[in-house]
Amino acid sequence: MKTLVRAMVVSLSIAGLTSCATTDETPIEESTPKEVVETPVEQTVAAPVVEEASTSGIAAGATYARNAINDPVSPLNQKIIYFEFDQSSVLPEYVEVVNNHARYLFDYTDIKVRLEGHADERGTREYNIALGERRAVAVRQLLLLQGVSANQINIISYGEELPAALAHDEESWGLNRRVELVYEGQ
Amino acid sequence: MIQSTLAKREHRKTVNNIMRFIKPLVFLMLISHALAASAVLRIEVTQGIKGALPIAIIPFSWDGAGAAPEDLAHIISSDLSRSGKFDPVAPNDLVERPQSGADIQFANWKSSGVENLVVGKLKLMGSGVYVAQFQLFDVYKEQQIVGYSFPVQITQLREIAHDISDIIFEKITGLRGAFNSQIAYVSAIKGVDGNRDYVLQISDSDGFDPQTILSSDRPLMSPSWSPDAQQISYVSFEKRRTSAIYVQVVATGKRRLISSVQGINGAPTWSPDGHRLALTLSHKGNPDIYVLEVASGRLTQLTRNRNIDTEPAWNPSGNSLIFTSDRSGSPQLYEISSSGGRAQRLTFEGGYNASAAISPDGKSIAMVHGDQRGYRIAVLDRNSSQLRILTDGRLDESPSFAPNGSMIIYAASGNQRGVLGAVSTDGRMKQRLSLSEGDVREPAWSPFLK
Repeated sequence: MKTLVRAMVVSLSIAGLTSCATTDETPIEESTPKEVVETPVEQTVAAPVVEEASTSGIAAGATYARNAINDPVSPLNQKIIYFEFDQSSVLPEYVEVVNNHARYLFDYTDIKVRLEGHADERGTREYNIALGERRAVAVRQLLLLQGVSANQINIISYGEELPAALAHDEESWGLNRRVELVYEGQ
Repeated sequence: MIQSTLAKREHRKTVNNIMRFIKPLVFLMLISHALAASAVLRIEVTQGIKGALPIAIIPFSWDGAGAAPEDLAHIISSDLSRSGKFDPVAPNDLVERPQSGADIQFANWKSSGVENLVVGKLKLMGSGVYVAQFQLFDVYKEQQIVGYSFPVQITQLREIAHDISDIIFEKITGLRGAFNSQIAYVSAIKGVDGNRDYVLQISDSDGFDPQTILSSDRPLMSPSWSPDAQQISYVSFEKRRTSAIYVQVVATGKRRLISSVQGINGAPTWSPDGHRLALTLSHKGNPDIYVLEVASGRLTQLTRNRNIDTEPAWNPSGNSLIFTSDRSGSPQLYEISSSGGRAQRLTFEGGYNASAAISPDGKSIAMVHGDQRGYRIAVLDRNSSQLRILTDGRLDESPSFAPNGSMIIYAASGNQRGVLGAVSTDGRMKQRLSLSEGDVREPAWSPFLK
């Protein structure tokens, strides 16, 4: 509830409502009371062009705003899970990352995520497709355990075909062993 | 965005019918010849030939104006040396250059240890028609072994040179030549926008004349030839939500969708009778091998295993398949009957054996063998169970046999990009084939082009 209120206040002030503008009150002659009608004063000074702030609704009881996946300061901004060589289990340090997304998907049951699995270049290509899928499946398992619906999750594996880093060294390989959470149309 | 490029193919005839060529309806070939010049596979010999047969191939005579349109002797010489079985005399070391059988001074050649000699002629008959002729001689017997004369179009000159190489190879070794075959492969090229484009290309077995049969801005994988060389199956990610397996007719570019279910659609390979495709699907929960009857669409599940089963390869009999499984904890090769049942493990050396390719005679299995030194191509002799490592890269993969079993082509990691390597199965000859542009991978050697 608190979050809801905060958001509303924020949006009100950004929208810059003009209904609070005051006019010079004209003195009322005592003999004949006149109704003072407030009319909005139009600004004569050219207003600077301001981009419209983006609003975001938040479902009642939700942890994150609907738009949080596009918010650079939200924990949901982290959408890549990395893996050890030849492993597909989600490392402890990434479990919370996955759980954050689980909470988000649990709150917004109409939103779908695509888990894209990848592997580093070592080994054969088709086997690496299977390895990438195994990693995506491990992430999906965690999401399902947190109450996310299966129909909110899609999986595709690219194996070693779409590397994030191109050098033939441990650093690049580490950046390529990953699952990316991809939200479309949000 | 996908484009299928039309590439009309010539029909190959057997050696006996070589005089009658069905003329190709050349579509973009003349134009792409010029374009291809900048993107051909270049072949560099990286390991010399020991114990190969010395042969002299004399530059063919040419009676026309200017230079000959193709150097047939050079093409033949490259073919024969690439097989690992021949050691052609370098052009500068030729003691004489006879233009016909009558000109040959056999004594010159006997003293240098050359056993076989080839002379030839190329003549322009007019209106784009040429005659190519050659004669193969036994130096010691001072006799002609074989000779042919072919009418050809200018666009068929390279093909006729490969035909001549096949004839020479067969006459001397007794084995069928595979120089008139093709290679399919995937290349990833950086586009102008910085993103990668992927093309599926087919080139001659020496890397010349690459033709694009598919281009896409999403990854392509696992090209596989049908046994009659008329179709290629492959994996494409163009659908974005799932991978998909297609079968495409090489001559027309027409294709049909074979599978795009949830999960993996991968590793399509044709059965030896051309009626079935083995493939990998994971829609039931984990990757397993399936066999699809292409005409009826009937799908049979072959492996039922909670682990990764993928990369099927058919034995030449069509009765069993070899595939990769990590059921033992890491990838190894297994064999299973084409009607299912228990899988037998085949590889026990090393912690990683995958991506099997079976020799045309079924006696050897090439594979990617991984150990502390990296990933290299190895060959398992099924009779002796002996494993020989043939290559020396760190990230070698995708082995594919020539249709006569004499060579293996594979993908290697070059300086900045992927390149193709070729190694003779006796290990004698190693070559690197590198495109002047693009990151080349996943070569598939065609069957014999009948």
